[in-house]
Amino acid sequence: MQDIEVEHQESTDHANTLGVDMRKFLMWVFLGSDCLFFGAFIATYLLYRNSSIVGPYPHEILDIPVTSASTFILLTSSLAMVLSLAAFQRGNTSAARFWLFATAFLGSTFLGFQVFEFYHFAHEGLTPKTNLFGATFFTLTGFHGAHVALGVIWLFSLLGVSYTRGIPPEKSMNVELAGLYWHFVDIVWVVIFTVIYLLSSLPPSS
Amino acid sequence: MSTGEHLDNHHDSDHPTAKQYVLVGIILTVITILEVGVYYVEALRSLFAAIFLGAGAIKFAFVAFYYMHLKMDHYLFSAFFFGGLVLATSIAIALMAILGAF
Amino acid sequence: MATHSTAIKGVTERATYTGLMGWITTVDHKRIGILYGCTAMFFFLVGGLEATVVRMQLYSPGMDLVSPGMYNSLFTMHALTMIFLAIMPLGAAFFNFIIPLQIGARDVAFPRLNAFSYWVFLFGALILNGGWLFNTLPNVGWFAYAPLTATEYSGAGTDFFICGLQVLGVSSLAAACNFIVTILNMRAPGMTLMRMPVFTWMTLIISLLLVFAFPVLTVGLIELMFMRFYEMPFFNSNQGGDPILWQHLFWIFGHPEVYILILPAMGIISDIIPTFARKPLFGYGFVVGSGVAIAFLSFAVWAHHMFTTGLSALAVSVFSGATMLIAIPTGVKVLNWMATLWGGSLDLRTPMLWSIGFIATFVVGGLSGVMHASPPVDTQQQDTYFIVAHIHYVLFGGSIMGIFAGIYYWFPKVTGRMMNETLGKWHFWLSFIGMNVTFGPMHIVGILGMPRRIYTYPSGMGWDFLNQIETIGVFIIIAGMLFFLQNAFRSWKNGEIAGDDPWDGRTLEWTIPSPPPEYNFATIPVVHSREPLWDSKHPELGDHLPSVTGASDDVDTESIHMPNASYWPAITAIGVGLGAALLMVNPILSISGVIISIVGVYAWSFEPAAPEGH
Repeated sequence: MQDIEVEHQESTDHANTLGVDMRKFLMWVFLGSDCLFFGAFIATYLLYRNSSIVGPYPHEILDIPVTSASTFILLTSSLAMVLSLAAFQRGNTSAARFWLFATAFLGSTFLGFQVFEFYHFAHEGLTPKTNLFGATFFTLTGFHGAHVALGVIWLFSLLGVSYTRGIPPEKSMNVELAGLYWHFVDIVWVVIFTVIYLLSSLPPSS
Repeated sequence: MSTGEHLDNHHDSDHPTAKQYVLVGIILTVITILEVGVYYVEALRSLFAAIFLGAGAIKFAFVAFYYMHLKMDHYLFSAFFFGGLVLATSIAIALMAILGAF
Repeated sequence: MATHSTAIKGVTERATYTGLMGWITTVDHKRIGILYGCTAMFFFLVGGLEATVVRMQLYSPGMDLVSPGMYNSLFTMHALTMIFLAIMPLGAAFFNFIIPLQIGARDVAFPRLNAFSYWVFLFGALILNGGWLFNTLPNVGWFAYAPLTATEYSGAGTDFFICGLQVLGVSSLAAACNFIVTILNMRAPGMTLMRMPVFTWMTLIISLLLVFAFPVLTVGLIELMFMRFYEMPFFNSNQGGDPILWQHLFWIFGHPEVYILILPAMGIISDIIPTFARKPLFGYGFVVGSGVAIAFLSFAVWAHHMFTTGLSALAVSVFSGATMLIAIPTGVKVLNWMATLWGGSLDLRTPMLWSIGFIATFVVGGLSGVMHASPPVDTQQQDTYFIVAHIHYVLFGGSIMGIFAGIYYWFPKVTGRMMNETLGKWHFWLSFIGMNVTFGPMHIVGILGMPRRIYTYPSGMGWDFLNQIETIGVFIIIAGMLFFLQNAFRSWKNGEIAGDDPWDGRTLEWTIPSPPPEYNFATIPVVHSREPLWDSKHPELGDHLPSVTGASDDVDTESIHMPNASYWPAITAIGVGLGAALLMVNPILSISGVIISIVGVYAWSFEPAAPEGH
C-alpha cells in the first residue's frame, strides 16, 4: 500500500486523495441522490397508473407527437451544452457563448411546451385534483420542469458571468458543473418520455 | 453502451471531440424518431415495453457516458450515479411487486 | 512536502468576525460542530422533558395530568425531537468536529455548505417546534400514517411536521454530500480507505444512507403536503389512492434512518474501546465490512415494519429473511468489540464505561429486534409496549450511550479540559440503572398486552406496578443528567487541563493541541498505518516506519490558507426556512423565502471563498 502515497503535493492546504475536482464530485453525489428523488415519483406514478377511478385517463390525453418534439428540443439542448463546454475549454469564447445561449434558449422552449401542455390538460379537464393520474403526472413533470427552470436560470447566469468576469478555460469547471446538472435533467426526461408517455399512453388493448 | 465503443477508439483525450458530440446527438435523434415511428405500428404492440425500455436505456447511456463524460471520468462518479439509479429502480420494481401493480 | 513559503501574503485580508457575528459567520468545522452539539443537547433536554410528562401521565391508571390530545402531541414531539433534533445532530456534531481531525484535514470540503447545513437544521428545528406557539403540535406519531394525516383527521400540527422535516432533509442532504466528498477526497497522504478510523468509516456509511434514503421521505412528504394543501388524492382511498403507500415510502427511508441513528455510536465505541483496552481493534476489516453490509441490507428490510398490513406470503418471507440477515453483521460487530476487550489491559475511565454499557444494553435491543423478524411474533407485538422497549434499548441503550461515550472521550479535545471522572461515573451509573428500570419493564407490560400510544389505562390489567417502576426510572435518568450538566458546565471553564493526548490515543486527532488551532494541522501529516499515533509512540512494535510525520514546529502558521468567514450561508438558510414556514400560510408568500435564498446563493457564489492572492 505504500506505493500509492501522495508525497508530491502542490500545497499543504489540503490533500486531494482521489485527484478529482471536489465540486464535480459533490455534483455527482447529489445527482445520485436525485435519482432516488425522481425514482420515488416515477414509482408512485407507476403504482397508481391503473388506479384512477375517474377520467381523463393517460391514453385519452397524452399527445405523443407534441411531446416527441419537446423531447427532441431537450436532447438538442444537451448537444448545445457539450459544444459550449468544449468551446469554453478551448478558449473560443464567442462560440461558447453562442452554444450556451442556445442551450438556455432550447431549455426555455421546452418549458414553453410544458406550460402549453399543462394548460391544454387543464382545459381538457385534467388537473392535479382530478384523479391519481393527474396528481402523479403533474407532480412528476412539475418537479422535472422546476429542475429545468433552475437549470435555465443557472445557464443564463453563466452567460452573464462570461460577459462580466469572463470564463477562461481554467474556470471551465463552472460550466461543466451546470452541464452535468443539465444532462441529468435531460436523462430524467428520457425516462419520463419512455415510461410515462410511450408506455402508458396506449389505449387498453382490445 | 457497447454500441458506442468505436466512437472513442481513436482518441485518448479527456473529453470527446465536437464531432463525436454531434454524432451522439444524431444517434439520439434517430432513436427518438424510430421510437415515435414504432409507436404507430400496431403489429409490434406486444413488444412495445421491451423496445421502448431498450431504446430509452440506450439514449440514457449515450448521454451519461458521452455528454456527462462518465466513460472517461473517475469510476467513483459512475458508482454514485449508477448506485442511485440501480437503487431507485430496484425500489420501484419491489414496490410494484409488493403492491401488485404490474 | 512543499512548504507554503512561496505564498504572497496580504493581497487581500481574510474576512473574519468576532463575538456573536463570529459564530453566525463561522465556516470553521470545529465551531459548527460545537453549534450542532449545543443545539442538539438543548433539544435532547426538551425531548426528555416531553417524555417525562408522558411517563408521569402513565404513572397510575386514570391519571389526568394532560389531556388525551396533549398526550398525543407529547409522544409525537418526543419521538421527532429525539430522532431528528437530538440524536441525528449530536452525530453531526461529532462528524463536524472529529472527521477532519481524524483524516488529517484542515476543514471539510465545502466549509460554507457546512455552515449552511447547520443553519438550515436550526430553522427546521424551529419550524418543527413552531406548533408550540399556535397550540397545534404534530400529534400523529412520528411515522404519521395515512389516512390519519388527512385534513379531516389532523390539524395544522401535521403541517409543522411536513415543513419541519422537509427543511431538516435539506440540511441532512447537504451535510451528507459534504462529508462523502470530505472523507473520500481529503484524507491525509497515506491514509488509504482501510487505514481510516472506524468512526470515519461509519460517518461515510451514514452519509451514504442519508444521500440515498432521505429523497424517498422527501417525495412522501411532498405527496402528503400536496394531498393536504391542494386536495391531490395521493393517499386518499376514496379516489383510489393507497394509504399503505405512505407506509412504504416512510419506511424505505425509515429503516436506513434507524441505522443512521445507531452507526455513529458504533463508530464512536469502535474508537474508544481500543484506546482503553490498549490493543488494536479486533477484526478491523470485519467491523468496517459489517458496517457496509448493514448499509446495503438496510434498504431491503423496510417492510418488516408492515407485516400487519397484509403483505403477500412471498413478501413477508423475503423481508423476514432479510431482517434476520441484517442481524449477522450487527452480531459480528458485537463479537469484535468483545474480542477487543478480551485480554486487553482495561482502563475503566468514563468513556470506557459508557462503551461497555452500550454493548450490554444494545445487545438486549438488538435481540428483541431479531424477534420482530419473525412475522408471527411481530404480529403479536405490533403496537405494544414491547416495541417501545425495543426502540429505547436501541436508541437510548445504543445511540445515546455511544454519544455520551463520545462526549466524555472528545470533550478534552473540544475544550482543552477534562471532564470530572467522579461526576461522570455518577452520570453513567444513574443513566445505566435508570434506563433499565424505565425501559426493562416495558418488555413485560408489552407482552401483557399494553398498547403503545394510549393516554391512560384501567387498573386491574396487571400493568399498574410496572408502569410505576418505569416512571420512577425516568427520575433516575434525570438525576444522572443533572450530574452531566453540572460536570459539563464546570469542566468547560475549570476542568483539569487536558493536553494534546490525555487518553494515550491512537488516531490523528490526538496529535494536535487541545483545543485544536483553527488550521488543525500545522503541516498535513503523512500516515503509514491504521493507528498512526499509537505506532509512532511505540516504534518497537511497528514496522520501523515513522507512522505520523510532518509535525514540525517551525511552520509559518500565518501563511496557512483558511477560508473566509461568511454570513451568506446563514442568510440562504433563512430563505429556506422562511419559504418552508410561509408555505403553511400561503404559497405565494413563500416566494419571498425563495428570493432570499436566490440572493444568498448568488452572493455566496460570487464572494471569494478564501483570501485571494495565495
